[in-house]
Amino acid sequence: MDIQLKRGLLDVCVLAAIKNEDSYGYKIIKDMKPYIELSESTLYTILKRLETENMLTVRSAEHGGRLRKYYNITDEGLKRIEQFKCDWEEMLFIYRFVTKEDDGDDKA
Amino acid sequence: MTKLKFLAKLREELSCLPQNDIEERLLFYSEMIDDRIEEGLSQDDAVLAVGSVDEIAKQIISDTPVSNIVKDKIKPKRRLKAWEIVLIVLGAPLWLPLLIAAFAMLLSLYVSLWSVIISLWAVFVTLAACALGSVVIGLGFAFGANYLSGLAMVSAGIVCTGLSIFMFFGCKAAANGSLLLTKKILFLIKKCFTQKEGV
Repeated sequence: MDIQLKRGLLDVCVLAAIKNEDSYGYKIIKDMKPYIELSESTLYTILKRLETENMLTVRSAEHGGRLRKYYNITDEGLKRIEQFKCDWEEMLFIYRFVTKEDDGDDKA
Repeated sequence: MTKLKFLAKLREELSCLPQNDIEERLLFYSEMIDDRIEEGLSQDDAVLAVGSVDEIAKQIISDTPVSNIVKDKIKPKRRLKAWEIVLIVLGAPLWLPLLIAAFAMLLSLYVSLWSVIISLWAVFVTLAACALGSVVIGLGFAFGANYLSGLAMVSAGIVCTGLSIFMFFGCKAAANGSLLLTKKILFLIKKCFTQKEGV
């Protein structure tokens, strides 16, 4: 996939991974793996950015005798996902325009 | 590689970053490795699964905006004392002109680069004009009274033609080189500014 396009999608994917329940780094990567690959350092950068944009909050909790960071989505983050859905409608509209020519060729 | 070795090596590779960033990154990777061990991987395999230190460090450094690194480097380790601020303000007549002079010097270096190229092109145009002129006038002489000097002028014109052909390719290469250099400089400046927002 085009790298710019993927970059835009990753933010929303990470938000989607924590949408239903709090999650932690490794679980986010595991949950996303079937759909989209991302490395640890990329995830770190995205989580950091989403935190500064108030899309999620971080809390440390004890787990098995060590601390683990849990990420919790905020209303702002949920809004971002909704925004993505709207954007996608527009994307589809543009997609139809881009592929219109192909349809014409097929018919010809 | 054990987890501790991995983290120590990563700390070393990241040493150019701000201290806070390093600690946070190390915690993050430590958690990633622990979670993999918890899932049943051996320590070695867990470290292997996270990736090679070199690759990780390279990506982290390229992800970190240059401005962050610079900001951290030039950020005073403590608040400036009053007398230091006074000194900076009082010193302005000294360091400000020096700063401006440095910028002016760099700019003038760049301008002189282009002026050299412009003069090279000017030499080319002159040579070409001389070639054309000498040949035309020389031919006029040759068919007129002064046969010998006409011949000399025509040969001079031919020499000029040869030189101008050489000049043309030289000038083109020089101009292309400077254009490339300009693009590179612009790209570097742009990178410094765009990376501020982070990618």
